[in-house]
Amino acid sequence: MNIALLTSEIAVVILALLIIVFDLLMPRQEARRSLGYFAVCGLLGILVYTFNQHGTSATVYHGFFVVDKFALFFKQLFIVATILTLLFSFDYIEGLTHNTGEFYALLLLSLVGMMVMASANDLLTVFVGLELMTIIFYILVGFDLRSIKSSEAGTKYLILGSAASAVLLYGMSWVYGFTGTIVLSQIAAHLTASPAMLLGLGLMLAGFCFKLSIVPFHMWAPDVYEGAPIPVTAMLAMASKAAGVAVLLRVFLVAFAGLQAYWLTIVSLLAGLSMIVGIIVAIWQTNTKRMLAYSSVAQAGYILSGLLAADAAGVKGMLFYAVLYMVANVGAFAVTTAVNNQCGSDKIDDLSGLSQKSPFLAVVMTVSLLSMAGLPPMAGFVGKMYIFMAITDKGYFWIAMLGLVMSMVSVYYYMLVVRVMYSKEAKNEQEFTASVSLRIVALISLIATLFIGIYPGPLAELANAAARSLW
Amino acid sequence: MVDFPLLTAILLTPIWGILVLSFMPREADKTIKMISAVTMAIALGLTLYAYWAYDVSLGGLQYIENVPWITELGVSYALGVDGISLPLLLLTMLVGFSTIFVSWNVEKRSKEFFIQLLLLVVGAIGTFVSQDLFIFLLFYELGIIPSYIMVVVWGSSERVSKEYAAMKLTIYLLLGSAFMLAGVIALYVNAFPAGMRTFSMQVLAQAHTMGNLSEDVQVFTFFLLLLGFGSTLSMWPFYSWAPDGYAAAPTGVSMLHAGVLKKIGGYGLIRIGLLVLPLGAKFWAPFIALFAVVNVLYAAFVTIAQKDLKYIVGYSSISHMGYILIGFAALNVISIDGAIANMFAHGIMSALFFAMIGLVYDKTNTRQVLSLGGLAHQMPRVATGFMLAGMSSLGLPGLAGFVPEFTSFVGAFKVYPLFTLLAISGIVFTALYILRVLANVLFGPRRAEFDTCRDASGVELVSLVLLGTVLVVVGVFPQLLMGMVNSGMEPVMALLVKLHVTPTLLGGVFQ
Repeated sequence: MNIALLTSEIAVVILALLIIVFDLLMPRQEARRSLGYFAVCGLLGILVYTFNQHGTSATVYHGFFVVDKFALFFKQLFIVATILTLLFSFDYIEGLTHNTGEFYALLLLSLVGMMVMASANDLLTVFVGLELMTIIFYILVGFDLRSIKSSEAGTKYLILGSAASAVLLYGMSWVYGFTGTIVLSQIAAHLTASPAMLLGLGLMLAGFCFKLSIVPFHMWAPDVYEGAPIPVTAMLAMASKAAGVAVLLRVFLVAFAGLQAYWLTIVSLLAGLSMIVGIIVAIWQTNTKRMLAYSSVAQAGYILSGLLAADAAGVKGMLFYAVLYMVANVGAFAVTTAVNNQCGSDKIDDLSGLSQKSPFLAVVMTVSLLSMAGLPPMAGFVGKMYIFMAITDKGYFWIAMLGLVMSMVSVYYYMLVVRVMYSKEAKNEQEFTASVSLRIVALISLIATLFIGIYPGPLAELANAAARSLW
Repeated sequence: MVDFPLLTAILLTPIWGILVLSFMPREADKTIKMISAVTMAIALGLTLYAYWAYDVSLGGLQYIENVPWITELGVSYALGVDGISLPLLLLTMLVGFSTIFVSWNVEKRSKEFFIQLLLLVVGAIGTFVSQDLFIFLLFYELGIIPSYIMVVVWGSSERVSKEYAAMKLTIYLLLGSAFMLAGVIALYVNAFPAGMRTFSMQVLAQAHTMGNLSEDVQVFTFFLLLLGFGSTLSMWPFYSWAPDGYAAAPTGVSMLHAGVLKKIGGYGLIRIGLLVLPLGAKFWAPFIALFAVVNVLYAAFVTIAQKDLKYIVGYSSISHMGYILIGFAALNVISIDGAIANMFAHGIMSALFFAMIGLVYDKTNTRQVLSLGGLAHQMPRVATGFMLAGMSSLGLPGLAGFVPEFTSFVGAFKVYPLFTLLAISGIVFTALYILRVLANVLFGPRRAEFDTCRDASGVELVSLVLLGTVLVVVGVFPQLLMGMVNSGMEPVMALLVKLHVTPTLLGGVFQ
């Protein structure tokens, strides 16, 4: 048994435990920002270490836990997302005034959950990883004790999330009952298209779609996104969604590939619905976080549609999209955090005059939103091209068509935000300040979004290699 | 000079300008304008050199550059120009250069303004020089968002709010581009089997000769492209963004949109529609001819009823697009020659028109025909500009508009005699509204309230002199333009000969 495969997960756990210990040892009145920097440095080290595992393809614990290029791709994505989120969250989290050290530790533990999900090779490990991540998110969503909305969001997420987990688990037990195994590759060997099997499959799909906030399982997303502290919203939007994609891909393409004829139709409907509902409803939002929540529903639809190709090209598109979506979201949420630090609320209106007060952040926001809308030369354009080409190849031209048209409609509400930033006058004369680490994150997001859009080759190759390791 | 990447240089000059501008302090108003002017002057100079050095007798693509870029998708950074795109590139640079001086009075947030103006120009240059569909799309969409921001921030609103006009323009163009994208994806996937795929326009144009693109696929794909390019070109019924958009936009943006960006639609129809999907083009040609007639007549009628100068030119440009469309739809060498040349002539003419309207508006604070009058007394130079543009618009021989229009009608008449007659009658209506505008705005009794208005002077003269000269020079020496356009027609000719013996379902009916 090669326990070394688990090194990166173990390292993150140790890092989180160290933070808890340091938090206890530090004098009560001292700011916890140093712990945040400590977490960032630790994660950077672990990120560098993960490159060490590049090229390995091995399993541990009787095949329950697998390390391959696919898992590694997602792990690195999660680590980068966490680092960036941490960097722009310091000011905001300090502002919450209590238990800030705990916040960093919890965020790291949720990261462990995601990393486990990326490597999970059997249903039980999937569930353990998923719950580890989700339970910590229940806490983090309700982390802002002064805000009623935050507590409400936490409760809502807890109740709905538990129900979704139950559905997922129920589905898994049907599948287990019918195939007699929980290891994905062995499930594939025992597949039959019996009603009981399909019931299990359907329940599991519903459970995953809840995590991905796919319509019609998306109802929780806007309220939870709005109530949660912004860095938590960011993690929910980018990393937890990517983790959901990771498991979904492995479970459906490794275990249930034989039942494609059944789930492809449903997936195509779900993806199409998500694009439509997410984009149409987003138009009426006046709160930046709610707008981003609905836009993330639509984005999840785009990512999910890649599954329709059910081949390496489609998966490559999905992985590529997950990265660019993370990068764009980091930018959008960093700017939202900066504005929130300034104004104390996150209405779209608060962005008024940002182009005058901080032209740089306004550009970052614009570029991030337009990348999500899929306009060139931003990364989103290439991502959509990859996905839509892959599914057009398999005869799903109508989804591609729908996606393209809807993404152009989405420009409408993204442009409303841009308009507020560029044409409205600022509400007050107050000087706009944003911390250096936040500006660095914004800059990284800007450069990455443009770079991936203009020169997508390297990332596409990485995604391609990761996608191929599933077959 | 063979190895000098001339087209890259033309493309990079304004980008370099954008980079320099973004590091300029906001207050350095004059310097910002100077830098914009210098970059555009360099780019214009390079383009003029390219036009002059292009070997017309040789024809075909020249100044080719090809660097593999996204190899796994078959995208390469492929540039090149031929007789079809070079006139349009020159048009972009002439209009782009003028817009800098037209915008010389922009004081409000001038740094952002000029950065976005240059972005718009870069987008237009990129579409005309790229020989790769992927890059073509990339550059095409590059201009849309800056247009939105420029209309919203620096625009003016009279009939509809500028926010409304800007959003309408953006949504129409983006929805059009969504259909365009879908068409391109369908083409990309169908043209070659996996592993051999490419976005190269040259290679894609070979696909139909290998029988890879069945007629059904061509017809369907061309339809998607027609929706896309049609809305760019403001083909009926996708035209309604144009007049509102032009009217609300600042002068420079109106000039670029009506003069240059619109032409991308016509260019795309020829370069991608006709050359890559000939059977699709043939199938839809009769419909396009029909739409063209609607464009010409309907828009001309609407123009007659307009009272705002910008709306007049906006609708008249839609009407003129009908001439270009019918030239395309006739699918013969002469008519397509005329259509391409007409794109150039109309671009210069409408840009000059908008520039003059901008001047009149700056000085009199009104664009309403009824509140103006007798301006030739106070502003003879502006009046000259108006006259040149107006006369070219109604096709007066000796100005740029005449030969192209004449050519495309000659070509189209052989194929669609009825439609062409109807379209030609559009000239009468054009004459009606143009002459009425000129008479009401420029001539007539001197009005005392405009006595304080000064005539165009200094930098304001740049666009008048430049565009006016081009109108006259091209009008007197049409060979300068037609010879160039004709040199690009060789691949088209071969294709058309083949098309005429290939029956299609509908395209054959009108033959």
